[in-house]
Order: sequence, then structure tokens, then C-alpha cells
Amino acid sequence: MQQKIKEPRFHIVKRADISSKEAWIIRVIAIVAALALCAIITMVCTGDNPISIFATIFKGAFGTQRKTWITLQYVAILLIISLALTPAFKMQFWNIGGEGQVLMGGLAAAACMITLSGKLPNAVIILLMIVTSILTGAIWGVIPALFKALWNTNETLSTLMMNYIATQLVAYFTIVWEVPKGSGKIGIINQNSNIGWLPNIGNKYLLSIIAAVLVTIGMFIYLKYTKHGYEIEVVGESRNTARYVGISVEKVIIRTMLLSGAICGLAGLLLVGGINHTITTTISDGQGFTGVMVSWLAKFNPIAMIFTSLLIIFMDRGASEISTAFELNQSFADILTGIILFFIIGCEFFIRYKIIARKDLGKENA
Amino acid sequence: MRKIKKVLSAVLAATMVMALCACGGTAETETAAKATDTEAAPAAASDVKVGFIFLHDENSTYDLNFINGATQACEAAGVEYMLKTNIPEGQECYEAACELADAGCDIVFADSFGHEDYMIEAAKEYPNVQFCHATGTKAHTEGLSNYHNAFATIFEGRYLAGIAAGMKLNEMIANGEITADQTKIGYVGAYTYAEVISGYTSFFLGARSVCPTATMEVTFTGSWYDETAEKEGANKLIEDGCVLLSQHADSMGAPTACEKAGVPDISYNGSTASACPNTFIVSSRIDWAPYFAYIIDAVANGKEIATDWVGTLETGSVVLTDLGSAAAEGTAEAIEEAEKAMNAGTLHVFDTTTFTVNGETLTSYMADVDTDPEYTADTEVITDGYFAESGSEFRSAPYFDLQIDGISLLDTAY
Repeated sequence: MQQKIKEPRFHIVKRADISSKEAWIIRVIAIVAALALCAIITMVCTGDNPISIFATIFKGAFGTQRKTWITLQYVAILLIISLALTPAFKMQFWNIGGEGQVLMGGLAAAACMITLSGKLPNAVIILLMIVTSILTGAIWGVIPALFKALWNTNETLSTLMMNYIATQLVAYFTIVWEVPKGSGKIGIINQNSNIGWLPNIGNKYLLSIIAAVLVTIGMFIYLKYTKHGYEIEVVGESRNTARYVGISVEKVIIRTMLLSGAICGLAGLLLVGGINHTITTTISDGQGFTGVMVSWLAKFNPIAMIFTSLLIIFMDRGASEISTAFELNQSFADILTGIILFFIIGCEFFIRYKIIARKDLGKENA
Repeated sequence: MRKIKKVLSAVLAATMVMALCACGGTAETETAAKATDTEAAPAAASDVKVGFIFLHDENSTYDLNFINGATQACEAAGVEYMLKTNIPEGQECYEAACELADAGCDIVFADSFGHEDYMIEAAKEYPNVQFCHATGTKAHTEGLSNYHNAFATIFEGRYLAGIAAGMKLNEMIANGEITADQTKIGYVGAYTYAEVISGYTSFFLGARSVCPTATMEVTFTGSWYDETAEKEGANKLIEDGCVLLSQHADSMGAPTACEKAGVPDISYNGSTASACPNTFIVSSRIDWAPYFAYIIDAVANGKEIATDWVGTLETGSVVLTDLGSAAAEGTAEAIEEAEKAMNAGTLHVFDTTTFTVNGETLTSYMADVDTDPEYTADTEVITDGYFAESGSEFRSAPYFDLQIDGISLLDTAY
């Protein structure tokens, strides 16, 4: 009996370091492989030409001037929400309550538009909308932070539960303000007087885009060059280290969640006052969760987030175009988006680890 | 590095091959498209292009009904059309409407109530494009010449479906399955909105015209499409002792709950016979094809589109599906008779002698026809002894929002 040494055919080994060039090669391979798989699935399932489907996705996002503006506007909102979540994630505070914070900001804006219309001058109403929605978002963000700081409750659960409370609050006020009675819809608020509508700068899409640019630059500087940003990083790396060097972890958590919630509130303000001019329970459309993915994919780098949010919106806009052009169900485009995201996220594994095949040296005599 | 290059080139080669196959594919599809074009050409009289906006896709019975009507009407008229599905009731609707107008559509149509305000915004921006909206209430007060509402006298269809329900109840009494005082109908509604109230009231009046002891319980889900809530609502009604169900919400929740419990069901928006072979009686629905044919014809020939268009039994807009196996004997004849009387004008669904409100017969009622945030009751709608629902002189969408005796609402939160 010859003793067999069991050696698996493949080893997984953590890479000590990887050059950025190599990392990018892996990413490009992942995207090419994702597109190839998408192409195969498209041909097998639908019989449609995959190249023309990809072309249609592109046309859906950038086909006309209006489409390009709409895409950029959507990117702006998703980017703002992702940026809002970033500082919290960076300090390892799992804020998955972006949805609720956006909704509450939007609800505050809608409340001002509906209840103050005709009672105060338009400029004052808009000013109040800005203040109240940012404040409401901040409050909604800071409640779980206080619980975490004071009693060390699990923030993943509390932020998530706060979403449901926010959704139900919006549902309640929808019934209070519905027009016509019983319809469960508020409809466009002040459609003819335009009271409380945020002003158009240039065209109706630009305001959100400018806001997103400002928030991106601000967040980049805040995280990279300020003392606060540094504190967030230290708390994220190790709470004990932070305590040891004299950083008040509780204070950082509360302060960061105030900021996180406030920026989500801003997104709510833009959605209600600048874009939809109404409030519904689905107005943030899951972006509080999508933002988590955008932020992680970009490794919490605000500049990289521009590209990750663009990728997601690009695929999403393309998806609806596919369903129009090919009369395929929208779910099909979601499948393609899922494949692409899976590969992009999956390739991070190959950036961190490498796979080594067993060296057989030609001694196989089984 | 060399390995990576090898892999890369292999992957690239594979993609190229696929691209080549794919190109072959394109050529075929293009010719196919051309062939259909030439086939359609004899029928096509115009270069009208129609864009459609749907709240959901074909998985919703409500939207499927619209999608079928749209493709049917456009293909019959030989005009080009574009469908946009899954458009939420927000700014997305405005964007979708503008994109369709940008794409050269002469008519843009949206199918959901909450699309209305956004369609109006788009209509203001594109005065040369006709914007048509089903179930909306604002065209007659908005003062836009290119914005139009449409609905149908579906309450007549509901009344006829109600007759089928009454016949079934009578059959169940005759078979000894229930007694006359157990003839309780259940109804799963979406919102306490006039469209729903008008629907269940007409259905109930139809049933009671055949089975005088009938009563009804209504529950609301607070959503137009929520399969779980609709199923739970239906189960609750069945547990409550309802012996026959109907619904005004768009999923298969209630019909499948009925099938499981073996309770006869009258569905809406289309036949559910295939999913519910044992319990399906009949379904009323609005056929939108006549409306689409009308607006295509109007635009092609430069005619005005009515601000409020009301489809009827006579225009073929209000239809009943084929009767299911659960329908009672003689149902078809009873429905036919009532339909004749309706068309002759001798039978009015909301005849004030057939119902009471708080024990009193109605002689006058001011309805909220002009939509406003204060729900101002603004229009007298009782004429010639009946409630004039969906009167073309008022507005196309229903405004019957009275709570008549015999119907009890289980929850009115929505």
C-alpha cells in the first residue's frame, strides 16, 4: 500500500499584494466574461441578437438628449443616497435605513408643500422644505445611532425597522392627503400653482445633478482630508484603537449618522420637491438598498461611486428600453444586470485570492 | 502574463464568433420585420404612431387587458405602436410620455389612474400630440385641448355579472346547499374609491335583482395589485360565511383562494377559467380596443377626440367573458334579457327605486365630479329617477360613492 498524499487539485491562496494593473486585468476579464454569458443566455432564451440587445441598452440610457439627461438625473439621486450611506459604512455602522431616511425627508418636503401652500410666500416654503427635510432625514438617521451609542443595540436591525415605520407613516399621510377621496394617491402637489417646486436651473434635470456634484466633492474632501473623516476611518478599523487614541466612538457614531441621515433627507427633498412633486411609499424605489451596493462596489470611494451608480442606472434604463424594443419582459434585463453584477462582485475574490493548480510533475499512476 | 493573454484571446475569439452568429441573426429579423410591414401595408391607411404606457406588465390582469386591446387595435388599423411597461405613477410616467412623443408618437396613452397628473404635465409640453388617459378624472376641468379621459360603463357589465351571481345563489338555495338567509356575497376591493364603490354596488344590485335576500360584505386591500392581501381578504370573507366572491383588484389572489376553498367566483378583467376551472362563473371586463380604434381614426382623419369618452355595451367596450362551468343554468338567457333592457334604456343600474341609503330613497345627490383636494360635492347626478353614472356630460370615470343598505364594509382604512 503506497500511501497517497491527498492534495487538492486547486489551492486558494491569499494574495500578498496585487498591482493595480493586474487587478484591472481581472476586472476587464470579468466584464468580458459577463457580457459573453449574457450574450449566450440572450441567444438561447430569446433568439434575439445579443449585440443588438446591448446596443439597445446603450440607446435606452443615452439614445436621445432627453434620455441622457434623465439617466444623469437618476445617477445623481442614486449617487447622493450612496454617498449618504458611505461614511456610516466606512465606520462599520451598517446603515441599511437609507430608504426610510429618504422617505422621511420626502415626507417633510411634501408636508410643507401641502399644508403651507397659500399661507406663506413660495420662497419661505422652499426654505422651510430644505430645512425640514434635511432635519427629518437626520433625525431618522440619528435615532438608531443613539440606541447604538447608548445601549449598543444592533444597528442593522434598528435601521431596517425604521424603514418600515417610515413607509407606514407615508402610507398614513397618503390617505390623509389623497385626491380624489379613496383613491390612495396624492397626485402632483400644487400642479397649477407650482408652490414648493424647487426652481429649475437651466433645465429641470440639472438641479439634482449639481447637488450630486457638490455632495460628491464635499464627501470626498470630508472623508479624505478632514479630522472627522480620519476619525471615521479609525473607528471603522478598530473601535478599541479609536478609544485608545482618545476618540469618542459614541460621538463619532452619532455625528456620522446625523450626516448620513441629513444627506438622505436631501435626496428625499430632491425627489419630492424637484422631480416627482408628490410622495408615495415607493418614491425612493429601493435606492436606499441599491446605494449599499453602489457604495461597496466603489470601495467607499466617492469618485468611484460615480461610475458604479452610472453602471446600475445604465443597466436599469437599458432594461426598460429592451422591454419596449424587443417586447421582452423587463425581468429579462434584470437577469442580465444580475449576471453583470455577479461577475463584477465575484471578480473581487480573484483580486484578493489566487488559485494555484496542483503541480503533478507527470507522476500520475493511479 | 502569457497565460492571461491566452485566456483573454480565447474569450475574445469566443465573443467574436458569437457576434458573427449574431449578425446572421440580425439580417433575418430585419427581413422578417419588413415582410410584416408589407403585409400590414394594405390595411394601413395612415402613418399614425401610438405610444402606450402601462403600470405593470402582462403579469397583471389589468394591464394585460390593456396590452391585448392595444396590440389588437393597432394591428387592425395597421399603425405603428410602442409599448412601455412597468412605468410607476410618478415622474417616470412624464418621462415615458415625453420619450414616446420624442419618438414620433402622435398619440400617447396611459392606463393607470395615478399616471394622470404626469400625463397632463407632458400634454402641456407637447401641444401637437394627443394624450389619452384611462380612468382619469381631470380632462374636463383641465382645459387642455390635447388631453382626454376615457372610461366605460363597466358598472353595466358588473350588473350583468351580478345577475350571474344571483342566479348561482338561487341555484345553491334550490340545491339545498344554503338557505335563503345565507346568501352573503364577499367582495375584495382595492380602495374605498368611487371606481371601486361603483363597481361593487352595481354588482350587488345585479345580484339582488335576481336573489332578493342577497347581502354583501366588502374588504379593502389598499393596493391595486397585492396578491397576498387579496388572497387573505378572500379567505377572510370565506371564513366569514360568504358563499360567493367577486373582486376589484388586479391579481389572481382572490380567484385562486376561491378555487382552493371551492367557493364560486366572479372575476374581473378577464377569464380566470384556466386557473380556476371549478369555481369560475363569469368575468366582466372593459375591452379597450374600440377606444383605441376610435382615437387612431380620429388622429388619422384630423377629427377631435372627445374630452371624456365613455365606452358602453353598444360600442363593444363592456364585455362579459364566456360562462364558466360553475355558472347556474339559465344564466346566459337572464344576462341577455337584462342587456337588451339596458340597451333599450328601460333598465338603469342605479335606479333609485332599487336601493336605499340609510333607509331612505335618494331623490337628489351632489357628487364630487370635479376633482379637488377638498372633495367638494359639485354636481347633481340624480336624473329621471336614476343615478347618472359616467354620464358623458359629466365625466367618464365613475363617481358613485354612496354606501347603500345591504352592503357592509369590513374595513375602510383605505
